[in-house]
Amino acid sequence: MTGSRSKFSTYGEKAIELLIRMCGMSAIFFVFAIFFFVFREGAPILASKEFGLGEFLTSTDWYPTSMSNVRFGTLALLMGTLSVTGVAMLIAVPFGLGAAIFISEFCTGKLREILKIIIELLAAIPSIVWGFIGLTVMNPLIQKVFHVPVGLNVLNAGILLALMGIPVIVSVGEDALKAVPDSYREGALALGATRWQITWRVLLPAAKNGLLAAVLLGVGRAVGETMAVLMATGHSVQVPHSVFDSCRTLTATIAAELGEASEGSPHYRVLFLIGILLFTITFIVNLTADLVVKGIRKK
Amino acid sequence: MKRISTIALTTFAAAGLLMTGCDKKSGGKGISLQNVGSDTMVNLAQAWAEAYHGVKPEVAVEVLGGGSGTGITRLIDGTCDIANSSRKLEKEEEEKATAKYGGKHPIEHVVGFDALAIYVHPSNPITEISIEQLSEIYKEGGKFAKWSDLGVTMPAGQDEIVRASRQSNSGTYHYFREAVVGKKADFKKGSRDMNGSKEVVDLVSTTPTAIGFSGIGYKTDKVKVVKVSKKTGEPSVAPSIKTTLDKTYPIARPMFMYVSPTAKPEAEEYIKWLLTAPGQKIVIESGYVPLPEFAPKDAQ
Repeated sequence: MTGSRSKFSTYGEKAIELLIRMCGMSAIFFVFAIFFFVFREGAPILASKEFGLGEFLTSTDWYPTSMSNVRFGTLALLMGTLSVTGVAMLIAVPFGLGAAIFISEFCTGKLREILKIIIELLAAIPSIVWGFIGLTVMNPLIQKVFHVPVGLNVLNAGILLALMGIPVIVSVGEDALKAVPDSYREGALALGATRWQITWRVLLPAAKNGLLAAVLLGVGRAVGETMAVLMATGHSVQVPHSVFDSCRTLTATIAAELGEASEGSPHYRVLFLIGILLFTITFIVNLTADLVVKGIRKK
Repeated sequence: MKRISTIALTTFAAAGLLMTGCDKKSGGKGISLQNVGSDTMVNLAQAWAEAYHGVKPEVAVEVLGGGSGTGITRLIDGTCDIANSSRKLEKEEEEKATAKYGGKHPIEHVVGFDALAIYVHPSNPITEISIEQLSEIYKEGGKFAKWSDLGVTMPAGQDEIVRASRQSNSGTYHYFREAVVGKKADFKKGSRDMNGSKEVVDLVSTTPTAIGFSGIGYKTDKVKVVKVSKKTGEPSVAPSIKTTLDKTYPIARPMFMYVSPTAKPEAEEYIKWLLTAPGQKIVIESGYVPLPEFAPKDAQ
């Protein structure tokens, strides 16, 4: 009896360990394989004569299917992505951090549980549904409220992305605030600080790294979002000059055009190159978030 | 192990990224035909497929939109049986397809006609527009950016023209570029490039200063269709079955179906049915223009 048991524990444990190890390693394979695949499809265009990296990064002319003068400038698309993300963060950061502070510090019991569940529900709404809301609800609303000709614009997409980013910011932000030791709160209380003074002067400085990470994760979510922005931005190639201008993002361009670009054509390769560009942006954002979180742990 | 997971992964990523979800499965006894492409034709193709179910229940025609470019690309890749297109196959695409099928050409069929309608908001006082004016509005470097440039005074005061256009996978986009903007010209930047014909009409119906183009089959009560002339000053023509067939409406075009050389025989049989009286009646019901011999008497 004991013999068979130890046999099981030696072999069984090893097998399980191997399995778990493979699960962990597979993530590395996935990342590298995806990177390899995207790069393999996109990179050959870099050597081609008709393509200039300078034009790709600095021109606003995106004419991939022109019959006379094909131009692959992505600056307008990049500005579209950045402006939509910027507007989204202007809205999501105060609301997200405010909600995180409220849930973590100011509310207790049932209300807190209900709030947490509802905010998590917000994260579960598929992006196509957000896009639909942008198209059918926000579009006429923005037209009416601001008296602009078209409601499919940077503001519309920015608000949608803010709503999609808020759950991320709230849950990560709340964790960061929870990680501040209670002795900080008790100490401040003992010094006669009010609740608001504790939050503003003690908790926020103590949790600032975690809160920054929360914001950066929200940014990553916004940069990569596709379906909702495809529907809500108006899909118009131009550098937006105000929040009421339509624009087009990098992700939406890939989604809209990959279906028609035949495999191996310059258009197809440039779309993958845009993928690499996006990959680079989100990689930088995530890496920053990661380094910042590491910063907290050292403290 | 490493190799297997890399292969599996690459395949998976490829499938996801290329968004090719169409395979020629024929479930059970029935035969299924993949019919992909033109967004202008998608409602018509759907109506045809449903009606054909009553004629030949064993053949299921699966209709998917996505744009003419999407349909043609899938035809070349061999992932659909029939491609719908609101534009003719380009020479380069024809060559690619023939190379892929070992010298066999995709078979072209004209299944009806579409009058490309120019839509504006009902409150817009404009009643006619010329191809030249449209070109100045839409082409890169074109002069017209305001309604007052065309001599139109907008009732609500806003003057800037909001251009609704289509994404580049659309056959309508290609046709409009060739027939209106100019063969070698490009579109002006900053147009709202909509995903489908219906979205163009929706945008125009909610935006008083907008102009857009889409198949006549997408006409609704909330938009106005303007008459079109070849040149400014020439008599303008409203799109109808009659003006499309006698070619007086300047921006009418055939609607094509391309059958893959390797498609099942049922595909050709299906097209044959589309070109009979019951098939062509559905063209009229969908708001499009049938082949001349099936047009209503008063329109011939």
